[in-house]
Amino acid sequence: MLANNQDSLKRTPLHSLHVSLGGKMAPFAGYDMPVQYPAGVLKEHLHTRASAGLFDVSHMGQIALRPKSGRIEDAARALERLVPQDIVAIAPGRQRYAQFTNADGGILDDLMVANLGDHLFLVVNAACKAEDEAHLRANLSGDCIIDSLEGRALIALQGPKAETVLAKFCAEAPAMKFMDAGPHEVAGIKCFVSRSGYTGEDGFEISVPAADAERLAKMLLDNPDVLPIGLGARDSLRLEAGLCLYGHDIDTATTPVEAALEWSVQKSRRSGGTRAGGFPGAEKILAHFDGGAPRRRVGLLALGRAPVREGALLFADAAGGEPIGQVTSGGFGPSLSAPVAMGYVPASLAALGTKLFAEVRGQRLPLAVAAMPFVKNTYKR
Amino acid sequence: MTTTLYTSDHEWLAIDGDTATVGITDYAQQQLGDVVFVELPKVGRALKKAEAAAVVESVKAASDVYAPVTGEVLETNEALAAEPALVNSDAQGAAWFFKIKIADKSELGGLMDEAAYKAHTA
Repeated sequence: MLANNQDSLKRTPLHSLHVSLGGKMAPFAGYDMPVQYPAGVLKEHLHTRASAGLFDVSHMGQIALRPKSGRIEDAARALERLVPQDIVAIAPGRQRYAQFTNADGGILDDLMVANLGDHLFLVVNAACKAEDEAHLRANLSGDCIIDSLEGRALIALQGPKAETVLAKFCAEAPAMKFMDAGPHEVAGIKCFVSRSGYTGEDGFEISVPAADAERLAKMLLDNPDVLPIGLGARDSLRLEAGLCLYGHDIDTATTPVEAALEWSVQKSRRSGGTRAGGFPGAEKILAHFDGGAPRRRVGLLALGRAPVREGALLFADAAGGEPIGQVTSGGFGPSLSAPVAMGYVPASLAALGTKLFAEVRGQRLPLAVAAMPFVKNTYKR
Repeated sequence: MTTTLYTSDHEWLAIDGDTATVGITDYAQQQLGDVVFVELPKVGRALKKAEAAAVVESVKAASDVYAPVTGEVLETNEALAAEPALVNSDAQGAAWFFKIKIADKSELGGLMDEAAYKAHTA
């Protein structure tokens, strides 16, 4: 880890802006990132749900897959060798959530894939981007030019006022629907804009050339409805939205079915589909689809006030017995004003309403399996 | 007449005879951010100096509050259960955590006065 060596930490193009805004900086995935600003995690979270928040997510990897044949279907078919999603069916100008799987059916990373007409545009996790790029080069170089877009920043604008704010700089923004993606000018800067995010709110992600990133961020922040939001609130927002954090809620030991991500695997890639299987770990993942997975990721609502955090062991009973599972993400949900968590439990204990116990500081605290998202999402479909 | 002393872990103690009222400092609450949950020790619990006595949680993380001296818990501040945010608004006043009967006053010798604590957090 680079955690204790400030000098070796990488900086995003917005680093000096974060510092000037009073961001409390900390290492994250090898980058010096703002955890919070002077408003604090609680206010930043609530402001995003009530108005609009600006997030620097430039640490994430942006990769273009350009088909050597010039035909986008060839890049889509090639990428389908690495993910269980239907990539061919992503229409130009649309985006889809996907996972890179391994031979055991586990998840190497989760990502967004957009069809930008002549190429596929991928956004991958910061901590996985080097491995993802190597994985793409090792497997797709015959079909695609793998173009790592190092020179771009990524800015997320999230919340109910995101559309109004962005419309001032990008006239096409209001017409976009959830998971639309395309090249758009924002304040005259050539960007890729998608209507998506990681908060459960309506909002946009804007891929912008690094040299223009600070200018664009400042223009957006000039609007009184927009506050800068750090990684702390990004985490509490995505947790309330029931969204997975790679390396915590999903990893190489969880299949997409165990992770309750079946919705992200289209019928065409499942048993009996037109292009069934043909991705790493297909045998195990399709067996989980057909026969059920032995364990499931579920939402957990604590019945008391104490937050139940990552790593807490789960039990079926108030005393005794072996652990039946573990919390993978947990904390306080500011919008619910209550503790929220997610974790893995055996399929037999995954039904909504099942009462379980989490061990916190030697005590067994009661919680119940609950539907996710915990906070209703407001995507513009 | 009470004397207030401080620990290097950012607890304060207001000492009145052989009783100490314990809380976390204003500096500590600023570092923690918005407090959303406080867990207090049970009245009657025998605490050893430096033992984890209470827990204070922000949105992001849980932090231990340590017993600054050895002794028995005499009283806890139940107002914190209902309103954890008191820790942010009045850390060194209304948001006291617990009162402890000081077992050995010689343990107070290693604590800081206000000037020393200010230097410690500067």
